[in-house]
Amino acid sequence: MKVSYYPGCSLEATARDYRESIAYVCGGLGIDLEEIPDWSCCGATAAHSTDESLSIALPGRNLTLAEKIGLDVVVPCPMCFNRLKTAEHEIQKKTRKELPHHFSGKIKVWDLLDFLSRPDRLSQIQAKVQQPLKDLSVVCYYGCMANRPPRITGVDQYENPQNMDTLLKALGTQVQDWSYKTDCCGASHTIARPDIVHTLVQRLYERVLDAGAEAIVVSCQMCQANLDMPQATIAEIFRKQYHLPVYYFTELIGVSWKALEAKTWLSRHMVDPQTLLKRKGLI
Amino acid sequence: MEKPELECIEMNSGFINEIEEGSGIKVSACFQCRKCTNGCPVTFAMDLYPDQVMRYIQLGLKQEIRESATIWVCASCETCTTRCPNEIDIAGVMDFLKQSVVKEKGQAAEDKVLAFHQIFMDDIRKRGRVFETGLVGKYMLHSGDWVTKLKDRSILDEMLLGWTMFRKGRLNLFPKRIKGKAEIEKLFNNSL
Ligand code: SF4
Ligand code: SF4
Repeated sequence: MKVSYYPGCSLEATARDYRESIAYVCGGLGIDLEEIPDWSCCGATAAHSTDESLSIALPGRNLTLAEKIGLDVVVPCPMCFNRLKTAEHEIQKKTRKELPHHFSGKIKVWDLLDFLSRPDRLSQIQAKVQQPLKDLSVVCYYGCMANRPPRITGVDQYENPQNMDTLLKALGTQVQDWSYKTDCCGASHTIARPDIVHTLVQRLYERVLDAGAEAIVVSCQMCQANLDMPQATIAEIFRKQYHLPVYYFTELIGVSWKALEAKTWLSRHMVDPQTLLKRKGLI
Repeated sequence: MEKPELECIEMNSGFINEIEEGSGIKVSACFQCRKCTNGCPVTFAMDLYPDQVMRYIQLGLKQEIRESATIWVCASCETCTTRCPNEIDIAGVMDFLKQSVVKEKGQAAEDKVLAFHQIFMDDIRKRGRVFETGLVGKYMLHSGDWVTKLKDRSILDEMLLGWTMFRKGRLNLFPKRIKGKAEIEKLFNNSL
């Protein structure tokens, strides 16, 4: 099947591991990702913090481009997904005739995780599992933007989302339940207020350990960066040892399919994600 | 016993009207249940709690709100907006307040947070996409954060992180530009 694809700026660089594992998984499922030609940045937090009209017009331009292709658009970055959905919502309001873009809503904007965890694709993913990840104990961390606010995202289980849990269980993973699936990691403050991030992320690490997990699984490259990159710094500040690898769900699908490429993706992480998998005999 | 002295504030309904008309968000519906504040992850870094922001708006305390750190340290996580029993888009109010400071070229209580947003927007305007590799460096120069980071030596950690990321193939050396740059420029011009 063919869908449109809006990768977003970070998948071109810092989140290369996410991009490569998505390409592998979609390739394996026979999903053809057609990148929206000449897509532009969605504006992210910067736009909605500084200029309302740009916060709609920047993602709006991409919706118009996607609708020209006429295929549903799949978005791996929850921030981009959230901004595109917000633009969709605003553009379709009758009161906002001044907006420069058109979007009739004939195509659907998908969050990648939601797209891949629908029942038919889930069974396809499961059918390709060559080694169940049965000794791996993880928590699923969903972050903010794929689910909130539900009036924009259209998600029902926004306080306790289940789709990543279900998907990982289908890979054989031991998924621990915890209450912090959608607590914020503060990603928008990574550069200007790292102190805020350190406090929020350290709290999450503690909750992960309380839940008895040995790793975190995410579907957001900002959450990944925010939980992975400063781990050594946070350990130093709070005088505590942490070793919690942060995997993308797509990487773990790849590992369960015995993807040879998995080691390349994992080599891009900051917190060593390979030793744990080696210990479990998975890579 | 001496009676405590009560400070009187004069209510000014101009401010709440300005916000409700400008943003379409009904701040007057807030009945101070504090559910927003109870679920907010960054109250530890705030000088006014989200429910207080709502109350201050109702009372017309414009200056206090404009000068607060809260509107800038809000992480836009949308928890408050999702949970408010009166369906008030509190995160949207925070955005509206930040946008008004920017529009009126006012002083942001958290100038570094604003500096980062502005560098991000400049990047979009210049190329249509954000070039992550250049972003941090530009922010450091623009915000003057490099001076602080040099003093507490955290700049070394950051340089090391940058180098590690580069080695791991996560930093691009050359920015990408989109073809529709003129279109983006037009969007920016129209918004001013
Ligand atoms: S949750 Fe809503 S009603 Fe309650 S204090 Fe916050 S803004 Fe007011
Ligand atoms: S959006 Fe801002 S104010 Fe609301 S809960 Fe999140 S951080 Fe707190």
